[in-house]
Amino acid sequence: MTCQEFVDFILAYLERDLGEAERTTFEAHVGLCPPCLDYLETYKDTVALGIACCAEPEGPVPDDVPEQLVQAVLSARRAQS
Amino acid sequence: MKADGLRAASRAAGAPMADEGALVARLRAGEDAAFETLVRTQGGRMLAVARRYLPEEDAHDAVQDAFVSVTRAIGRFEGNSRLSTWLHRIVVNAALMKLRARKRRPEESIEELLPRFLEDGHQADAATPWRESVQDSLERQETRSLVRANIDKLPESYRTVLLLRDVDELDTQETAEALGISTTNVKVRLHRARQALRTLLDPHFRKDAS
Repeated sequence: MTCQEFVDFILAYLERDLGEAERTTFEAHVGLCPPCLDYLETYKDTVALGIACCAEPEGPVPDDVPEQLVQAVLSARRAQS
Repeated sequence: MKADGLRAASRAAGAPMADEGALVARLRAGEDAAFETLVRTQGGRMLAVARRYLPEEDAHDAVQDAFVSVTRAIGRFEGNSRLSTWLHRIVVNAALMKLRARKRRPEESIEELLPRFLEDGHQADAATPWRESVQDSLERQETRSLVRANIDKLPESYRTVLLLRDVDELDTQETAEALGISTTNVKVRLHRARQALRTLLDPHFRKDAS
């Protein structure tokens, strides 16, 4: 497996879409290739950062809803009924 | 109840909606006050979701469309999920409808953000570790805006798939149906979007970053 093939297979590996033979080959490559291990780890960090930085905080409402939007929504409802 | 009181009550409860069942019953009965309560307590959260997909003005329109959908569909809300989860899905759908309706602009290529390889298959720019853990990065205040700004740099068709799959937690099939594309195409776009975002973040997080 080349580094290019390894990188191509990362999503399938993480989503457990690889067959047993491909998975074994993938894991063997990462054991022997430090740049590919670093690529895999930073790929996973990228996903984690994307999720954490975009996710809405749990619990309290994060932003006050602009009054202009509230009134637009209420008007749309009145127009509908 | 005044808006401030509603917001305070919502925050004090530490949850989007206290006594959700009663609110749903009032919404089904068509109570205007219940609808206003819903808009004031959930509109901000829904706007935050819409803003991930759309510029500000379109995000407002998507939230408005979502609430119109709510009034039509509240009778079908079965209470199997939290009301906030149901609202989340509705506003994501409204945002996707807006995206589809927008005039399609030629999209920038993602190719230059993908990793490059030598003829023998080795990485052309060998990856190196990042200097701190995700958890440590998240403790720095600027990380959130940095990551979001770089997600916004992704071409729209890739950014949308990344948001649907990674942030809004749709599975591959749901994402394919929402966008009218194949599951294979979802996987290709998701992988490229993640690789491109990694390329954009790498200069900020690698050990030798300034």
